[in-house]
Amino acid sequence: MFKSVLVANRGEIACRVFRTARAMGLRTIAVYSEADARAPHVQMADEAVLLGPAQASESYLDGAKVLAAARATGAEAIHPGYGFLSENADFAEAVKAAGLVWIGPPPASIRAMGLKDAAKKLMIEAGVPVTPGYQGEDQSADTLKAEADRIGYPVLIKAVAGGGGKGMRRVDRAEDFADALASAQREGQSSFGDPRVLIETYITRPRHIEVQVFGDTHGTVVHLNERDCSLQRRHQKVIEEAPAPGMDTATREAVTAAAVRAAKAVNYEGAGTIEFIADASEGLKADRIWFMEMNTRLQVEHPVTEAITGVDLVEWQLRVAAGEPIPLKQDEIGIHGWAMEARLYAEDPENGFLPSVGALEHFVLPPADMGTGDPEDIDDPADGPLLRVDTGVEEGGEVSQFYDPMIAKLIVHAETREAAADHLAGVCREVEVWPVRTNAAFLARCLDHPRFVAGDVDTAFIAAEEDTLLAPWTLDDDGALAAAVALTHEARKRALAEESAETPWATAPELVGFRLNRPATLAVPLRAGGEARVVELTPDGRDGYAGDLDGEAVPVQPWPGSGPHESWYRTSVTLSPDRAPVSYRYLADDHAAVLFRDGRAWRVDGRPAAAAGAAEAGDGALRAPMPGKVVAVPVKAGDTVGKGQAVIVIEAMKMEQALTAPFDGVVESVAYSVGDQVGADAVLAVVTAKD
Amino acid sequence: MPKLTSAIDPSSPAFKALESTNRRLRDELVERVAQAARGGSDKSRERHVSRGKLLPRDRVERLLDAGSPFLEVGQLAAFGMYDDQAPGAGMICGVGRVSGREVMIVANDPTVKGGAYFPMTVKKHLRAQEIAEQNRLPCVYLVDSGGANLPHQAEVFPDREHFGRIFFNQARMSARDIPQIACVMGSCTAGGAYVPAMSDETVIVRNQGTIFLAGPPLVKAATGEVISAEDLGGADTHGRKSGVVDHVAENDEHALEIVRSIVANLNTVKDVPLDVREPRPPALDPEELYGIIPDDVRAPYDVREVIARTVDGSEFDEFKRDYGTTLVCGFARIWGYPVAILANNGVLFSESALKGAHFIQLACKRKIPLVFLQNISGFMVGGKYEAEGIAKNGAKLVTAVASAEVPKFTVLIGGSFGAGNYGMCGRAYSPRFLFTWPNSRISVMGGEQAASVLATVHRDADTWTEDQAEAFKAPIRQKYEDEGNPYYATARLWDDGVIDPVQTRDVLGLAISASLNAPIPDTPFGVFRM
Repeated sequence: MFKSVLVANRGEIACRVFRTARAMGLRTIAVYSEADARAPHVQMADEAVLLGPAQASESYLDGAKVLAAARATGAEAIHPGYGFLSENADFAEAVKAAGLVWIGPPPASIRAMGLKDAAKKLMIEAGVPVTPGYQGEDQSADTLKAEADRIGYPVLIKAVAGGGGKGMRRVDRAEDFADALASAQREGQSSFGDPRVLIETYITRPRHIEVQVFGDTHGTVVHLNERDCSLQRRHQKVIEEAPAPGMDTATREAVTAAAVRAAKAVNYEGAGTIEFIADASEGLKADRIWFMEMNTRLQVEHPVTEAITGVDLVEWQLRVAAGEPIPLKQDEIGIHGWAMEARLYAEDPENGFLPSVGALEHFVLPPADMGTGDPEDIDDPADGPLLRVDTGVEEGGEVSQFYDPMIAKLIVHAETREAAADHLAGVCREVEVWPVRTNAAFLARCLDHPRFVAGDVDTAFIAAEEDTLLAPWTLDDDGALAAAVALTHEARKRALAEESAETPWATAPELVGFRLNRPATLAVPLRAGGEARVVELTPDGRDGYAGDLDGEAVPVQPWPGSGPHESWYRTSVTLSPDRAPVSYRYLADDHAAVLFRDGRAWRVDGRPAAAAGAAEAGDGALRAPMPGKVVAVPVKAGDTVGKGQAVIVIEAMKMEQALTAPFDGVVESVAYSVGDQVGADAVLAVVTAKD
Repeated sequence: MPKLTSAIDPSSPAFKALESTNRRLRDELVERVAQAARGGSDKSRERHVSRGKLLPRDRVERLLDAGSPFLEVGQLAAFGMYDDQAPGAGMICGVGRVSGREVMIVANDPTVKGGAYFPMTVKKHLRAQEIAEQNRLPCVYLVDSGGANLPHQAEVFPDREHFGRIFFNQARMSARDIPQIACVMGSCTAGGAYVPAMSDETVIVRNQGTIFLAGPPLVKAATGEVISAEDLGGADTHGRKSGVVDHVAENDEHALEIVRSIVANLNTVKDVPLDVREPRPPALDPEELYGIIPDDVRAPYDVREVIARTVDGSEFDEFKRDYGTTLVCGFARIWGYPVAILANNGVLFSESALKGAHFIQLACKRKIPLVFLQNISGFMVGGKYEAEGIAKNGAKLVTAVASAEVPKFTVLIGGSFGAGNYGMCGRAYSPRFLFTWPNSRISVMGGEQAASVLATVHRDADTWTEDQAEAFKAPIRQKYEDEGNPYYATARLWDDGVIDPVQTRDVLGLAISASLNAPIPDTPFGVFRM
């Protein structure tokens, strides 16, 4: 066994590999880009080597730099993780040529599976079912009809040159084929000048099923059962699980056997995944599952397999790479309970899932209670659901625009699918991230969705259920109430912290909001989502409050929490109206609160900071501070200018002075031009604020 | 400390009857305060708000720290005066916390006659300044006033305690390092212009606040110059050209945040030189006070029942319990602060006066705040008492009260008649705060006594029938009753406010704490006539 391993990757997968490598007593070596200098994977490794600038092409994708790092640190093996160089056969070859251990499949296997058409042919030869279809040159109507009959209905007729749905026809019955074909050919001719078509089987309910396989250098290939990754958004996996819901033993046997055959066909070594597409319109059936492609690396979603099998796949990777045989025989690999993984992305579901980058000022995930596939963890999932958290970022760190925005994987292992989904939904609802946005609330909605709960999910699920899954997350009245209490309570807590002695002016809960001969009421001004309002609270004399919710007086109790930050406190507010209690957690300072609920975060502004607003901005008239000469006018009337942008430059007392826009706006007028002499206090230009 | 016990039976019919009476008095008070707190008419309030301004009470709320108490002063000033056209005398004054600092807030109410100064407005402003000066509280003036109420100019402008005194006080307080902060949120004309101009630091709201010695109409009349109010004295003029203001705000909210920042930058430390303990509520329920306070100020009852429901843990260490028993003296704590309490339990005799003077000396030596619970019909009269020197013994008590430099607090819990008012630290003896209960009465003597005395000295008295005497006495009694009424008194700012008896402990706690912003000096006593 080698004694050191370099991980040519970043983020959670680098950390994940280091965990196992370290447990096995290996020296760990990280590589990193300038953007990742303080990243957890760098901190975690025994040694770390800077590769280069943030762009992946100049760092994590630069194989030569990685090899140089390995040489410099004396690394004996390289683990590529996933993505980046993991499926780059040339790099794998270079690693081996450098005399290092490549923790991955042989380059030939990577190549064989890398060419999709060739791979399909290879699979057909190996007896692995592939999606039925016809792409032949013989375009006679009879041949095409015969092929359609062979494939079985429904089929899809597609113009070869087609696109955008043009020249595409779905045919459900043999007798409809001729008309549909003629129409598709006509459309192909008129739209693309090419009447040729191809025929594919039409999959009404596609599901993504994949099988984890493992090969060693002794010719053994085993499978570790299947995963279901059907819950996708635009081909991006969102939630993965193992085993697949609705998979019976016969189907499992068929698909896993096919997977093993596929791996053997390319002499596979190490961890790999065979991806299948299943037509689930009548449930999972052995004859309705077809090979799609093979991923010749460790998958993102490998933890669900680790959970149900108790295998540490990275440990196997390391052992197999060192020439050891696979530690378990096929019949020793079972399925224990149910595992589910949710991918936590730094993205904004309410804004087209755009990546959300920036500082992770607040990053709190529920605490993990299981590790990476230790067998003892799965002995008794009946003890209750267990959570594993794989992440490569930390509070105070940053989500960089340069890399994949996945910030964590939340993996739950439970006795049943229902328990796993329920627990994982709860975990997602507890996610607190700020100010970076995440998909946690969206994940929770997916997991809670009746169709998901019923195991009735195909790859079109999110698109079909968008209205429910992406319904706006609004801060309700109870949220405004919670925010008002949060702001008040934090302000009070701060006041107390600054108090050196008891004083009824600050330390007495009984006198909060005391008014002579009048009821104690607090009016808390708020601004949430662009809307200003004043929330009235009635203190209860015990640091709790009552607020009005639809005419009902509702008690709102702030609970203390520990404050990990200097300026942000963490506490939760529990509303307990006669209806079910609603709980928010929050961060707050004197001016703003961030409320967390169900995985979503809302910012609510309280009293503004004194410096906020356009106070220093003045009226937008730029006046000459002293007599001088105009030396530059970089803008003209009508131009849009940003705050701080130079509008006119004067020279006076041998100094150049740029007069800048006091706020974002439009140049209304410029009264002077270059060379003009101006008097003190002359209005040189006027900027009008943007609304 | 020994705990007071109660002889009251809350289930007794007497208790219930009093409770109903006193709760009615409380309700009346709350109702009157609510009415006054509304400020000007609905129409003028709506007009004010429609201009994007905050109502004066909302300005005060926004200025205060979240959850801060607000100890209002002169809440019912001008009550029943000026045809009821000036609720609160058009001004909100009180002590509150701003950026962790107790400050005196003086806010004009422009919805009341444009914030103009009635005579009682001037008196209220000056009283607020007096409290600020005695207790070293920074002053925040939220200015929005058209200046002196011209029809009342003779009672507003010329005298020592009139308008000019406001600026005199600002200069003197500033000199004594008591910060003066003005926030100009509306008009600030003529004399009023000196409020911001005489302040240490000043904020103005753009397109809203104006400061000028003479407004546009007067300028036009005097010099023919035509100029807008904003150009004459707006934010731009004073923020950029004149330097009359130091900060320009975009609106009320912004201005108030700037004031909060100014206060946060004052660099003051409140040094509390007292042995402060953890506050504890009274062991006996203060709500029971409603069933204890008699419905007739002449009715005797044990004032310890009041003390027991006012002090921490109902614990009271009595001094000379068996001597001069009509004046109860003792040490206790209110909201954790040590206090020396003097409370009337009947008419003052020589012994009571001597005991009180002695006790005040103790409090002054020990720097313990004094609390007077005043319910006094006067000093004992008669040959025996004059002969044993009640005048000089009473004078000892008055000397002690007048000389005492520790913070003094007076609550008028019953009658306040004659020289008893002096011996028990009435308004003339400069208690830091003086509050009254709704059942209290104040006058030089009781209405009945006054009517009798005046009837006795009337030249025709000998010839009156009983009916004639009664016809003479009734209007006198009525006048005394009217003028001795706590609302008559509080309208004229003879006190700092009428309070709900149940709030007494809280009011005192806040007042004591506020007073501790000023150091407690040694007390040099005047000559005690022996």
